[in-house]
Amino acid sequence: MKFKIYRYNPETDKKPYMQEFDIDIAEGSDKMLLDVLVDLKEQDPTLSFRRSCREGVCGSDGLNINGKNGLACITAVSSLKSPVVIRPLPGLPVIRDLVVDMAQFYKQYEKIKPYLIADTETPAKERLQSPEDREKLDGLYECILCACCSTACPSFWWNPDKFVGPSGLLQAYRFLVDSRDTHTEERLADLDDAYSVFRCRGIMNCVDVCPKGLNPTKAIGHIRSMLLKSGV
Amino acid sequence: MVTTVTSLGRSGLHDWVLQRLSAVIMLAYVVYLGYFFATTPEITFAAWQGLFASTFMKVFSFLTLLSVVMHAWIGLWIVSTDYMPKVSIRVAFQAIVIVICLSLLVWGIQILWSL
Repeated sequence: MKFKIYRYNPETDKKPYMQEFDIDIAEGSDKMLLDVLVDLKEQDPTLSFRRSCREGVCGSDGLNINGKNGLACITAVSSLKSPVVIRPLPGLPVIRDLVVDMAQFYKQYEKIKPYLIADTETPAKERLQSPEDREKLDGLYECILCACCSTACPSFWWNPDKFVGPSGLLQAYRFLVDSRDTHTEERLADLDDAYSVFRCRGIMNCVDVCPKGLNPTKAIGHIRSMLLKSGV
Repeated sequence: MVTTVTSLGRSGLHDWVLQRLSAVIMLAYVVYLGYFFATTPEITFAAWQGLFASTFMKVFSFLTLLSVVMHAWIGLWIVSTDYMPKVSIRVAFQAIVIVICLSLLVWGIQILWSL
């Protein structure tokens, strides 16, 4: 099977290039793309990529695989067409090979204050929630911050410093809808500008690529509705 | 929170609601004009002038013109902030759009109420 991998070492290369690799993969093999990358690294130890849990939980190995963002560790090689073109996540600065600088992505995450803010008295044990209220967090809390969605979003490519992006907005809604959080109004006020939420044009690239099957577009729709309700 | 100066509305929600509301008004106007063309056997100068003689049509046309201007301002502002990273080009483009929009609005009022 043929693999074309994006290579760039800013210390030695003037510009990025695609390197070709040929690897024998037995028919019916259940290898994941990350396994192949690990094999390739044995052939060429200079190949750089991020990885950690190798089971779709840590979100380290987000890559652009045959034009679509996804996690290498849960992408079966058998599901890919040869030649497999592997590039770093689009829109973020490349540090080296498949490793990107996620600072901008985390900055947007930090902006939405991804923690519970409760003015109510601290209870002796824990802040309780009804099962119904807890259910509202399903489909939101599972985000692993792999950045597959935000880096598939053109609005995030054009304005990564101003548009929060699908991942950040999914998390923003996770705290907006949390019954234990008391800063809903302040959170909404922080989002009500022309960029933070409203730069989403609803093209649903984020939904298409999310390796956890989450729906940021839906969450953004809910934020819009909350803003509308509080603004009229 | 991102501060914007040349956008039409003062908040993201403001622009978003205005753009949708103006779209509904423009659609209603197109449907109304379509109905007029479909039900008028011959479009003569008299029929056309008669259509625009009523206060209702003048106000409806003005509302539509206002909607076109608002819709264009908001839409083109978004396009410019997406695709024109160079500030000088962006500001020049936005200024031209705003001047054209306001000029069209004033010109439209003059045409509508001088019939």
